[in-house]
Amino acid sequence: MTAQLLEIQGLEAWYGPAQALFGLSLAVGRGEAVALIGRNGAGKSTTLKAVMGLVRRRAGRLALDGADISALPTHHIARLGVGYVPEDRRIFTELTAEENLDLARRPGRDGSDRWPTERLFALFPNLAELRRRRGDAMSGGEQQMLAVARALVGNPELLLLDEPSEGVAPIIVEEMTTAFRTLKADGLSILLSEQNVALCAELCDRAYHIDQGELRWSGPMADASSIVE
Amino acid sequence: MTLDSLAFQMINGLASASGLFFVAAGLSIIFGVTRIVNMAHGAFYMLGLYLAVTLADRLPGPFGYWGGLLLAALAVGLLGAAVEVLLLRRIYHVPELYQLVATFALALILNDAALWIWGPEDLLGPRAPGLKGSIELLGRRLPDYDVFLALAGPAVLLALHLLMKRTRFGRTVRAATQDREMVAALGINQALLFTAVFALGAFLAGLGGALQTAREPANLNLDLAVLGDAFVVVVIGGMGSIPGAYVAAVLVALVKALCIALGTVEIAGWAFNMTKLTLVAEFLVMALVLVLRPQGLFGRPHGAPARGLASEAPLRPMGGTGLALAGAALVAALAVPLVATAWAYAPVLALDMLIAVIFAASLHLLMGPGGMASFGHAAYFGLGAYGTALAATGLGLPTLPAFGIGILAAGAGALVFGWFCVRLEGVYLAMLTLAFAQIVWSVAFQWEEVTGGSNGLIGIWPDWPFDSRTGLYLAALAVAVVVLCLIRRLIFAPFGHALRAGRDARLRAEASGIDVARIRWLGFLVSGLVAGAAGGLYAFAKGSISPETLTVGRSIDALVMVLLGGLGSPAGPVLGAGAFTLLQDTVMRETDYWRALLGVLILALVLLFPGGIAGGRLRR
Amino acid sequence: MSEVPVSGVPVLSVDNIAKAYGGVQALGGVSFEVRAGELLALIGPNGAGKSTCFNVVNGQIRPDAGTVRLAGRDITGMPPRAIARLGVGRTFQIAAVFGSLTVLANVETALAAARGKSFGLWRPQAGMARAQALDLLDQTGIAALAGRPAAGLAYGDVKRLELAIALAGSPRLLLMDEPTAGMGAHERLALIGLVRRLAAAHGLAVLFTEHSMDVVFGHASRVVVLARGRVIADGSVEAVRADPRVRAIYLGHAGTEAGA
Repeated sequence: MTAQLLEIQGLEAWYGPAQALFGLSLAVGRGEAVALIGRNGAGKSTTLKAVMGLVRRRAGRLALDGADISALPTHHIARLGVGYVPEDRRIFTELTAEENLDLARRPGRDGSDRWPTERLFALFPNLAELRRRRGDAMSGGEQQMLAVARALVGNPELLLLDEPSEGVAPIIVEEMTTAFRTLKADGLSILLSEQNVALCAELCDRAYHIDQGELRWSGPMADASSIVE
Repeated sequence: MTLDSLAFQMINGLASASGLFFVAAGLSIIFGVTRIVNMAHGAFYMLGLYLAVTLADRLPGPFGYWGGLLLAALAVGLLGAAVEVLLLRRIYHVPELYQLVATFALALILNDAALWIWGPEDLLGPRAPGLKGSIELLGRRLPDYDVFLALAGPAVLLALHLLMKRTRFGRTVRAATQDREMVAALGINQALLFTAVFALGAFLAGLGGALQTAREPANLNLDLAVLGDAFVVVVIGGMGSIPGAYVAAVLVALVKALCIALGTVEIAGWAFNMTKLTLVAEFLVMALVLVLRPQGLFGRPHGAPARGLASEAPLRPMGGTGLALAGAALVAALAVPLVATAWAYAPVLALDMLIAVIFAASLHLLMGPGGMASFGHAAYFGLGAYGTALAATGLGLPTLPAFGIGILAAGAGALVFGWFCVRLEGVYLAMLTLAFAQIVWSVAFQWEEVTGGSNGLIGIWPDWPFDSRTGLYLAALAVAVVVLCLIRRLIFAPFGHALRAGRDARLRAEASGIDVARIRWLGFLVSGLVAGAAGGLYAFAKGSISPETLTVGRSIDALVMVLLGGLGSPAGPVLGAGAFTLLQDTVMRETDYWRALLGVLILALVLLFPGGIAGGRLRR
Repeated sequence: MSEVPVSGVPVLSVDNIAKAYGGVQALGGVSFEVRAGELLALIGPNGAGKSTCFNVVNGQIRPDAGTVRLAGRDITGMPPRAIARLGVGRTFQIAAVFGSLTVLANVETALAAARGKSFGLWRPQAGMARAQALDLLDQTGIAALAGRPAAGLAYGDVKRLELAIALAGSPRLLLMDEPTAGMGAHERLALIGLVRRLAAAHGLAVLFTEHSMDVVFGHASRVVVLARGRVIADGSVEAVRADPRVRAIYLGHAGTEAGA
């Protein structure tokens, strides 16, 4: 097995006095798509936030491409090639779609720009029409696409997707699933936190099931799906 | 009222609105991104004006004037960047109150720096080349420069609008104002952004000051005067909104202009001089806005406030040691008159200390158990002092009733101001208290018929038995003992518990049926009454009072005393006030630069003890 | 102590409440009832309207339509403080207690508020209701911590203290927003077990939201499932677990494995 792109060992996290994660370990290989499944409040979002350095109080080891990132500030982690699509999308609502993208655009670690505008709009055709629309005038699905596009223009190597299907119409979920498969085929590593196991099954190779902040199960995605059926 | 006089006043008002707008916009932008309310913003304005006056005089020709203005503003911007890197970066994670205090300390240091560089005299700048004349409008002559300034406001508003909409920097600022965390998650370096934003805000304040060069002399009182006004404007316009700041600045200026233009009007047979209203006009506008739209005209509703302070240890009833120490302190205090023969200054110093203790205890009640940081506590001290003085000299009342009237005056002020203040939290509350104090100060300063204006009131002497040093001292001691015992009772009564419960967890307290706003309001009232008692004693102790009695400096003295002594202990204000008065009456008397000294002291306290200054803190 | 209402009249009855935010229908006509001694779990995916529903009941949000009744009395649109005084206690998702007070003083403060004595200025609070406060701490299992500062407690004890504070108002109805969030697996079952015992002992009606299915399926008397602002199921634990719509929308794979 090749070196892991993301490796998490013994991750613990707290919100104020409340502990949200209890010694979580997981890994994402290069070019691999991994699902993080579990119910609301299980700790999926917290895990992704902790990777981004967005949880103030945490413990454990976080390594990206072998290098320790647990003490780095958030913007530094982003520049090392981690793209983040947060749970509630967190689009800058007073900015237009184009402004949201401009803000996030930066070359990859190798200096290349793999996501010029044309390619981005080929992936998300709807976005082309929404360029000048403000974030607060977009539907949930449109915002979700913009959030993914905004992460892509930072030319990440690892994409953290937090519940991309939540509150989004099924048709958009399908479109997005197709887009995610394209991204994976393109060599992007993906860590997908999702309650929608069907979506995970379409995209991911492996899965981790977490509940109440603890790792309960991990294995091939096919087995995870079989629990559902 | 004539239409032309109104128009004249309006242009004049718009000219002042511009300067105020620049300061308020800078304050707003900085707060939006960094969540820090920069108490030194008025000082940046003042420095902009001083620098511009100096540069415009030195540099040759018309370029000299305008170039000097621009250079001055840029220099202030640069200073802002330096302040952000050297100071603010160290305090982003400390509790809000300490951030406010630290930036205020900076304002003190900058004020003394200006005193050191430019001296105490007002400095008048040169007239603006090309704008020395005036134009005629509706038969009145308007100075060209006022017209220019009136236009400069909207011009800068437009420039800021373009900066925010059209540039990457502006987009980043707008995005960060909404969601700083997400901006960082996109790889944008917050540290650089914060420095740039602080520099921009400081530049705007500096520009606001520099543009006043041909209009008003530079003086050392400008920093706080402008800061108070800017807070009012920001509260009215809504924190974080640039157009809001402009609209609010214009609104305040226009209401004032209207008051002046109306002159004396007859209402139901009473001749009423509307020009007097200018002082409270901004207060009235602010009050109205706060009632109708607490978040300001253009502001977004503010969410839950950041937690002000680390949790403190529970208060315990005084044990044997505590009682023994308190008893010993009382005996020592009673013995002070006896040493007066050996050390004549002792009763004077001790009286100052007692007044400080009462004042600090009053603020401590509000800030400690109440969790409300007041940056304008001098208002109640001043109301007590003026109330007492007016009752004693104007009405000729005996000492005790005059003292009582002073206390009631302070209580009335606290009741009115408190009604607004308890509706806000954290920095908004601090800004509002400061603004109220500035208003009381300007009323005392400008209502000459009653308050004696800048000369103040003199000949406030107590009658027998308080007319001797010893008599007054013992009376003050009695007041101090009563006040401290009273506050202790309150703190251990259900009221004190409810007050602390509302501070620790407001929603939890309300879910348990505690009316937090009313509890706080009562806390405000008690605190105001006690501060009024300190003020009344002060008036009798000094024999004369002036607007100096209720400057922001006095509010800050009280803050430092409370922080020195520690917020977590009821004995804190006693120790803090004692130590501070000793320091002030000895060390600070020796230097002209006591403000800077005080500022350095505060900064040292905040930077070295970021979690809280004196005992009673819990481990995390 | 709290009287048990006449059987038949529900402690809480929510009738057809609706609430929209700028065109988005957060609640579209939700009705349910909670009876004395019963633990009703309100579950559903994120955005289903659980929080809105909760906040309508405790008075933080005024519904566009519908009524909320407490033991038959219409309380729709009353402010939270008034509703609290009528006998509705609540706990918060992130437990909130008064950190600078001792554990005992936390409960005494709540007791004083419940008796309308918060404006008492002279008599010390300590001793006014000490026995009753200690009794509440005893019931929630933290009497041994009475003298400790609340800020230093372990989170599980904070949750228990908050429960004691909520009980100080002698509530008929207890609202608990994610009562076991932020706790380890063992602690959460202990806490919800405690709530169940207290509800039975005091004849309390309990309405709670919860994401932990072992808590819901192990301890709820009844479950109401919300999705997109509507009730899609209301019934016993077994019935709701077996409901194919609930499994499709919310439970997914989790419904089968948890609560064993």
